[in-house]
Amino acid sequence: MVRLRFSTGWPMATSLPPLRALRQALHLPPDAPVLRPALWIGAAALAVLGAYGAAAGWFSPQRLSPRRIINTFNANFGEHPGYRRNHAKGVCVLGYFEGNGSASSLSTAAVFGTTRTPVVGRFAVPGGNPGIADGSVPVRSMALQFSSPGGEQWRMGMNNAALFTVNTPQAFYQQLIATRPDPATGKPDPARVKAFYAAHPESAAALAWGKSHPPSTGLGNGTYYSINAFELIDAHGEKHAVRWAMQPEQPYAALGKPAPTDPDFLSHDLQQQLQQGPLRWHLILTLAAPGDPTNDATRAWPADRPTVDAGTLTLQNSAPQADGPCRDINFDPTILPHGVALSDDPLLAARQGAYSRSFNLRTHEEAAAQTPAARKVNP
Amino acid sequence: MTPSTRPMRFSLPARVLHWLMAPAIFVMLLLGSGLVTTVSIWRPLLLDTHKTLGMLLLLLVLLRLAIRLTRGAPALPSNMPGWQRGLAHLSHWLLYGLMLAMPLIGWAMLSAAGYPLPGIGGWHVPALMAPDVVRYALLRHAHGVLGRVFFWVILVHLCAGLAHALLLRDGVFNSMALRLRR
Ligand code: HEM
Ligand code: HEM
Ligand code: HEM
Repeated sequence: MVRLRFSTGWPMATSLPPLRALRQALHLPPDAPVLRPALWIGAAALAVLGAYGAAAGWFSPQRLSPRRIINTFNANFGEHPGYRRNHAKGVCVLGYFEGNGSASSLSTAAVFGTTRTPVVGRFAVPGGNPGIADGSVPVRSMALQFSSPGGEQWRMGMNNAALFTVNTPQAFYQQLIATRPDPATGKPDPARVKAFYAAHPESAAALAWGKSHPPSTGLGNGTYYSINAFELIDAHGEKHAVRWAMQPEQPYAALGKPAPTDPDFLSHDLQQQLQQGPLRWHLILTLAAPGDPTNDATRAWPADRPTVDAGTLTLQNSAPQADGPCRDINFDPTILPHGVALSDDPLLAARQGAYSRSFNLRTHEEAAAQTPAARKVNP
Repeated sequence: MTPSTRPMRFSLPARVLHWLMAPAIFVMLLLGSGLVTTVSIWRPLLLDTHKTLGMLLLLLVLLRLAIRLTRGAPALPSNMPGWQRGLAHLSHWLLYGLMLAMPLIGWAMLSAAGYPLPGIGGWHVPALMAPDVVRYALLRHAHGVLGRVFFWVILVHLCAGLAHALLLRDGVFNSMALRLRR
């Protein structure tokens, strides 16, 4: 290596046939240095290739990527082209949010002022199977997109549980694998599920919460929680850690057992209720005290934390997701307006990556399904 | 190095922009290919940086093209074989095309998906088109494929540039070298 740096030419090496050939090809004089330059060029190219490959994960096949997570959803639930890889079954809703000004001292977000912000939303049940019966899972979700003037948006995805079973993307992935349905029975292997929860004691709080909070009879009388923590930023740049919930004006009633036989009772019931009039929720902000965990979706904050009713969500109409306005929306919870910021919860970044991958796949499939039809209409 | 009617070197603004943009574009490729393959807590920051830097690079490439079209380029060495000349011109216009297309596609695909657009403070750049799932799918695919093409074209361009500097020593590298004096 030292020789490589200091020698001007190696009599042996410089007369090697490939080097002679290179000289000839480039019309260089017979004594022109080619070995060292060629090595430098190769080294530079390798360095650039290596940096790019490292970023793209070529050398870390064990890296947890959005692709791996989404492939696992596909393996668990089967391929359903055009559908979301999780929360595949859902229904679109339309309405608006009216802030009441109470949260304006906590956050500069436009939606908290006394204005009306249009909202497109989606209710869903979890899992990648769009044909699942509503009664077969206790979880439901509400996703919303607020569109403020000037191109600002706030997107959120909330579940009807205050806590999550895992607090890292890695554990989420392990949970997906542990709950994969056994092809023989169509059900997850109870032993593997048990082993997962035994290895993840942090999931106990969410499981216990679920046991003591049976799902509501319908979508309209459920509470939907942000689960993940966020930050509100006020006009002085001061940050306030927050979790929030959409609390229904309709009184909660627990869903009895057995669940209704109609596999689509949730959306049918919602449609009926909306025909009678709009449904309303209050956006309740819960403010953390110093030391409350913001990076752990499995841990509750003490019940005495102050809350603020920031405004009212009014939903007026629903539409099927097949061609409704929520179909091509990625309810990515990291899309936030000025005045709201991400916390240090690692699930949020993972959700951004996984939702994007799911969105890219399903829009690609949707486009493929639409183009032949579009060609027929407009040859 | 004898004086001639055509300049020996690219104009100073062209050289400054070339060497400012080269690392920035490489960083854009690292950010892009890194963020689509990770779920780490850095992802949102990588994505924000990617979008902001990408829009900035769009401004710079417009400036650069304007300079290129008004101030021209130095002649390639007269003894350069024709195929090399052809390849050099082809690859340079390919690079300009990709420098222009990548940020435009990025901007257009965010518009087509109905995503919020990058901006400063409360101001956001306008949408280039109304949300449209078919266009989004096409643009998102193109952003990924052309990003990969861009990387390989840059790698070949880097090797060619270094070959001029170290092997051929024909003044081509000097024509783009940043040396501010002389
Ligand atoms: C790392 C953890 C998580 C992963 C990997 C994950 C993955 C996914 C994916 C792939 C989708 C489909 C997105 C689309 O195609 O638009 C989805 C939807 C959804 N997720 Fe998650 N999720 C995670 C955590 C959570 C948490 C903590 C919540 C609750 C706060 C949540 C609530 C939702 C909701 C509400 C939807 C449906 C959005 C809609 O209706 O379009 N997810 N999730
Ligand atoms: C992202 C990376 C890069 C991009 C996008 C890029 C782009 C370009 C473009 C478009 C030109 C043509 C200039 C014109 O004709 O107006 C050019 C010329 C040149 N580039 Fe790069 N470049 C990059 C990196 C590099 C690197 C790393 C080197 C180092 C070897 C390099 C060396 C050169 C040289 C020597 C020229 C002058 C060629 C001539 O005289 O015709 N470039 N580059
Ligand atoms: C020089 C300009 C740019 C380069 C070289 C570049 C390159 C890339 C690359 C290589 C990827 C990974 C694609 C894949 O593997 O599928 C990517 C992703 C992405 N780029 Fe760019 N990009 C540029 C400009 C922009 C701009 C201006 C925007 C938006 C304003 C943008 C938005 C995005 C987004 C949102 C993604 C990830 C999308 C997803 O998660 O699906 N890019 N970019």
